[in-house]
Amino acid sequence: MAYSDKPNSASSDPFTPETIMLRLDGVVKQFSNGFMALDDIHLTVEVGEIVSLVGTSGCGKSTLLRIIAGLDVPTLGQVWVNHQPIASPQPEIGMIFQEPRLMPWLTVYENVQFGLAGLSKAEKEHLTYLVLERVGLTAFAQALPRQLSGGMAQRVAIARALITKPSILLLDEPFSALDAFIRMKLQDHLLEIWQYDRPTLVLVTHDIEEALVLSDRVIVLRSNPGRIHQEFVLDLPRPRKRTDLRFQQWKERLLNALDLTADSRSSSSAEDPLPLEVY
Amino acid sequence: MSQSQTSPRSRSTTRHHNRPQPGKAASHPLFSSRWLWIRGLVLPVVCLIGWEGLSHIGFFPPNLFPAPSTVVQTIWSLTLSGELFQHIAITLYRVVVGFVIGSGAATLLGALTGYSRLAHQFLDPLLQSLRNIPSLAWVPLFILWMGIQEPSKLALIAVGVFFPVYLNLMSGVQQVDRKLVEVGKVYRLNSLQLIQRVFLPATLPAYIVGLRSGLGLGWMFVVAAEIMGASQGLGYLLVDGQTTGRPELILASILLFAGLGKLTDAVLATVGHRLLYWQDSYGLQR
Repeated sequence: MAYSDKPNSASSDPFTPETIMLRLDGVVKQFSNGFMALDDIHLTVEVGEIVSLVGTSGCGKSTLLRIIAGLDVPTLGQVWVNHQPIASPQPEIGMIFQEPRLMPWLTVYENVQFGLAGLSKAEKEHLTYLVLERVGLTAFAQALPRQLSGGMAQRVAIARALITKPSILLLDEPFSALDAFIRMKLQDHLLEIWQYDRPTLVLVTHDIEEALVLSDRVIVLRSNPGRIHQEFVLDLPRPRKRTDLRFQQWKERLLNALDLTADSRSSSSAEDPLPLEVY
Repeated sequence: MSQSQTSPRSRSTTRHHNRPQPGKAASHPLFSSRWLWIRGLVLPVVCLIGWEGLSHIGFFPPNLFPAPSTVVQTIWSLTLSGELFQHIAITLYRVVVGFVIGSGAATLLGALTGYSRLAHQFLDPLLQSLRNIPSLAWVPLFILWMGIQEPSKLALIAVGVFFPVYLNLMSGVQQVDRKLVEVGKVYRLNSLQLIQRVFLPATLPAYIVGLRSGLGLGWMFVVAAEIMGASQGLGYLLVDGQTTGRPELILASILLFAGLGKLTDAVLATVGHRLLYWQDSYGLQR
């Protein structure tokens, strides 16, 4: 395995293989009121890997994502993205929030360009139409956010994140505000878009099906304090069908891992009429 | 498409901004804008006709409440002598200069106290307590400091304009959606870019409301300033009408104030609607 030895590696991390995009080393987050949101999180994510962080509400998964994005600072520990220590937002990290968070005064076209800096107008236009085409919204370039549906607005947010070509894309429950049908469509759509540049994806979700459709690996977190409870490498072939027997079996395994009752591992939660979300 | 439809409709909306827009009428922009025009004129015209009629049958005593035709005649003769133009010009000048000074200072301070917590802690309590002083209470002090000429009048108007602009802008900046600011941070905007690309447009609706109420107060205080002591201006006409016993002059001045106030507000409102075409609010529904 080759080790990174970049010339300006004074602050970079020489001990991580080059195939590693993200490394979390003993990350602890304690809020000012004493609540331990995250406790001693160790995690590595490979280049181009799709990893889901699942867990019940309050297990710190969103906090973890915000720390990776550089929006929050860990109390202890270190985050490396592409071998650089992270303390603030970086250009190679893309972020998609639960809400589209579009600027209501900008058109779709201008919103997509929001994060672009230092390019000529022609270059910007070229890139904007490229990503708008990928999310299928070229016809809506001049529309205002208020004229878009929830799913379309979230696709604009995806385009805005993609246009800077991030090497890692963080998604914080990106489709949870959408209805189940649109959610499924966008999950498939996200995988199609991912094919172009194949960025590393780290996805926070409480939707088990979403994690199963998208990820190579699922990390289950448990709360109070937020810790990594279990890790699953999904051996499901792609493209994945939600109705496959093995998909359903995986779903049961994950539901069991998430279950907080003491005898969860022995009992089966298959009697449940396929809950989409686990709280 | 949305913008081309917005402009004619918003022009009509400015004259009727207190009334919700019926969805059907807006389907044809030209028709709807004409239609709404007429709607807003119905009540004033009815009142004028009633007033004129009641004056003619002697219901209103002409020496206290002259007919609209008499008032119009007064305005016309003032226009012919060139006097009216001078009165309007000096009053407009005072309002505009006072408005620019007052809203300029309010913009700087409001943006500062809204954006910076430290500035808010130091400045806002003082400004809020000054706000509670009735602005007319400043008059004697201003006259003592700056004399009875223009500076004291402009200062009074500026003080009147300052507070609504300041208050609206400050709370507008404070209420900017934290989530949008975070998007700016994800894309590593510096403070200046953040202000320019997120805070400024997000604050614009509140700011325009502040400017409009500030302008309204500017017109209030120009009357006060001109009643206190002036030899020219629409406010002077009020005093002149009172001392010489000419109610038609007072009414003429009042009507001119109403017309000019509405006109300047309509200008601001139109600019506001043009800038805020993106808003998704009830008043802008088609």
